[in-house]
Amino acid sequence: MIEISNLSYSIAGQQILDGINTHLQRNQITALIGPNGAGKSTLLGAIGRQVDINTGQIKIDGEDLQNITPQDQARLMAIVAQHLHVGSRIRVVDLLGFGRWPHAKGRLGPQDHFIIQSALAQFDLTDLENRFLDELSGGQRQRAFLAMAHAQDADWLLLDEPLNNLDLKHGRSLMAHLRQMVSEKSKSVVVVLHDLNFTLAWADQIVAMRDGQVVFAGPTTTVATSEALSDLYQTPIELLNLNGHFFAQYHR
Amino acid sequence: MSDAVSPSRPLARLNPLKDQRLWALGVALLGASALFVFWGGAWRSAYILELRVVKLAGLLCVGSAIGVATVLFQTLTNNRILTPTIMGFDALFLLMKTILVFVAGVLALPVLGATPTFLADTTVMILATLAIFAAVLRRARHDIQLLVLVGVIFGLLFRTLAGFLQRLLDPSQFAIVQADMFATFSGMDQRSLAVAAMVMACFFLWLASRYAVLDVMALGRDQARALGVPYDRLQLQILAAIAALVSVSTALVGPLAFLGLLVTALTHALMRSHRHGLLLPAASLISCLILVVGQTVFERVFSLNSSLAVVIEFCGGLLFLFLLARGHIK
Repeated sequence: MIEISNLSYSIAGQQILDGINTHLQRNQITALIGPNGAGKSTLLGAIGRQVDINTGQIKIDGEDLQNITPQDQARLMAIVAQHLHVGSRIRVVDLLGFGRWPHAKGRLGPQDHFIIQSALAQFDLTDLENRFLDELSGGQRQRAFLAMAHAQDADWLLLDEPLNNLDLKHGRSLMAHLRQMVSEKSKSVVVVLHDLNFTLAWADQIVAMRDGQVVFAGPTTTVATSEALSDLYQTPIELLNLNGHFFAQYHR
Repeated sequence: MSDAVSPSRPLARLNPLKDQRLWALGVALLGASALFVFWGGAWRSAYILELRVVKLAGLLCVGSAIGVATVLFQTLTNNRILTPTIMGFDALFLLMKTILVFVAGVLALPVLGATPTFLADTTVMILATLAIFAAVLRRARHDIQLLVLVGVIFGLLFRTLAGFLQRLLDPSQFAIVQADMFATFSGMDQRSLAVAAMVMACFFLWLASRYAVLDVMALGRDQARALGVPYDRLQLQILAAIAALVSVSTALVGPLAFLGLLVTALTHALMRSHRHGLLLPAASLISCLILVVGQTVFERVFSLNSSLAVVIEFCGGLLFLFLLARGHIK
């Protein structure tokens, strides 16, 4: 379990996170939702130690994040950022190889190669494995980074808007894949989502944020109500029940 | 032997000793060096041989220092067009050197020998680099345009400050600084060469055990940190290494702004790999090859002594403009 207490972060006088208190449970898909500028990415970055928090504490399974070495952390959590840019010219398969760095330190064994190949297959990248990253489309590159995080084989997977560039098929298969990792390999997933319907369909837990604060949090089935979501996004959202599945209607 | 050569086998265990391109470069460099040393029947005179071997050693030192420093710098800045000299590293070295000479003059310190002077220069340079560029890189890493701008302004600032101090020096002190101000490949001091080679050997040994982690660092700070690489600590160490290497080459021959750019462009074109285990040796071999072949041609064929630096700068400068025009700054 990841426990976040009194977490605040400000940059250039701007309060990005303002006293966050919440927890993220193991073996669940937790969706971070909220309007633009709510601080979702910053919260994810703080958990992944990519932003240095000003005050507050983050604990993973009771251990303070500050006391975990970078090496241990890399085996504990994998993070895929929203903006993916790599300066050097590298191939897809090499990128996945880097995912094994926390385990193999550049000396890849047969086990690592097996994991890399299966990650390539899982993310539909086998045909692209020898392509350079800058020769890929946005969605393909996104999948390459997701596959790298998969190859990292960490307990926690932190994904910042992974559906951004993905088409319907790959978006759906990504979420199904995350579900499978949670149920079969007891991984835990924290994912920033903008698409409410994906959230309703796949997330076990929701943490809703606005203006750097948690507005509500809890199991999707109980907290995701039409009123709460409408208030969160400040726009009318209607929840429709279709064969037992909820759909958000907010388009018009 | 073909696995390291063919780019279609990524992930293969890296073994630079199996790479044919590196071997070809090595053999070419060996040939060029032999030509440089023995041209015109130099084996008949031990005196000429000694002169040439010292000069060759200097060229090799400078070549590998510039090649390696530039590759490292481009890895840190995540960019293929910046070089330490474009960012004003050599100007900083000259400033530090001038300050040292100036302070020594004011305090009437005894003139030090070549070795302690060189070590003092390098140490001060490393400290100054860490103080200035670590802070700049930390803030401006994501903004290459800003980084280039800062570098140009710093370069100008360092040069102007150094120029100001040089005006205050008395002529004999000025002569000490002047030796480092312009790029020449003649008249390298034997003893500082030996010290330089030793300093470089230390840094190369240190690097040799870290080439794999450099590949990860090339992914960028966030990615590297997410993979458990202590990026900030390594960045400081690598900046120190770059500072030392730039000191070595500037102290030996003077500032060469565009050689590094020329070298890394050729290296990437030849190796087509992101792996530092290949890039670093290739860059230093190519850099040495350019210098040794260039010097042979200029000294022996054209009987010109000081124009190699000019020609290298001219070609490198053209390449810089070409890369800029093609939009390779990213």
